[in-house]
Amino acid sequence: METHQLHPENWVNQYADYLFNFAVSRVSNAEIAKDLVQETFFAGLKSAKNYKGTAAERTWLIAILKRKVIDHYRKINSNKGKAEVRMSYSSQNDTDGDWLEEQIADPLSILENDEIENEELGLAIQECISKLPKKQSLVFTMKTIQGMGTEDICKELGINPSNLWVIIHRARTALMDCLNQNWFSI
Amino acid sequence: MISCDEAAIICNKKQYKEATFIEKIKLVMHLFICKTCSRFSKKNAEFTSLCEKAPLHCLTENDKVIMKKDLQGKI
Repeated sequence: METHQLHPENWVNQYADYLFNFAVSRVSNAEIAKDLVQETFFAGLKSAKNYKGTAAERTWLIAILKRKVIDHYRKINSNKGKAEVRMSYSSQNDTDGDWLEEQIADPLSILENDEIENEELGLAIQECISKLPKKQSLVFTMKTIQGMGTEDICKELGINPSNLWVIIHRARTALMDCLNQNWFSI
Repeated sequence: MISCDEAAIICNKKQYKEATFIEKIKLVMHLFICKTCSRFSKKNAEFTSLCEKAPLHCLTENDKVIMKKDLQGKI
């Protein structure tokens, strides 16, 4: 079996955005998500000697992050009673009718799947972005995800607009290729 | 008539709604005669809609620099 090695010095560049996306989708708060990613890196560093090399670096970090997310929810639910799941079947208690049937998911509805699929799509895109050369991923992220204007990016990176569009073009074609392999073909 | 390279650049600008009116006309005329570019243009638009559909978040460069520094201190 292929063995992997840890390269903590590359963690932030390679996995920070990926882990951040994962965390944001679970805690829905950017600040907390950022802290969780940071904690994940620290925890990874601490237990680096327990890393057996059977899983890929990213898989291993995600596993740690999942623990951190659980810990986070434990912490905010630590007051007794809060952790219990309380659910009332109906807002009006004495209503007649199919009280249970109304609560279950509609098997024909695809809305719920949509959300999960979109989240997976987001991670797939993020994974592809992390494979791009540094400059391409930087420009693409600034333009597409942060939605910065062309002028601002040019000023910040010291490039001219036609340069920027060529970089964007290369990034987009590479990403499309990558998604073709890792997601449904587009 | 514009070249395929130019058409591709305009097509990308269009994805970010930054193509001018003249550019759009040039693109449409090029797409009319060029099969390869129309295919690319279609895929490019699909990719844009995928990016919009996916909940993409990212850390700012600043955050990453701080993170790197903190991590470096512990290595």
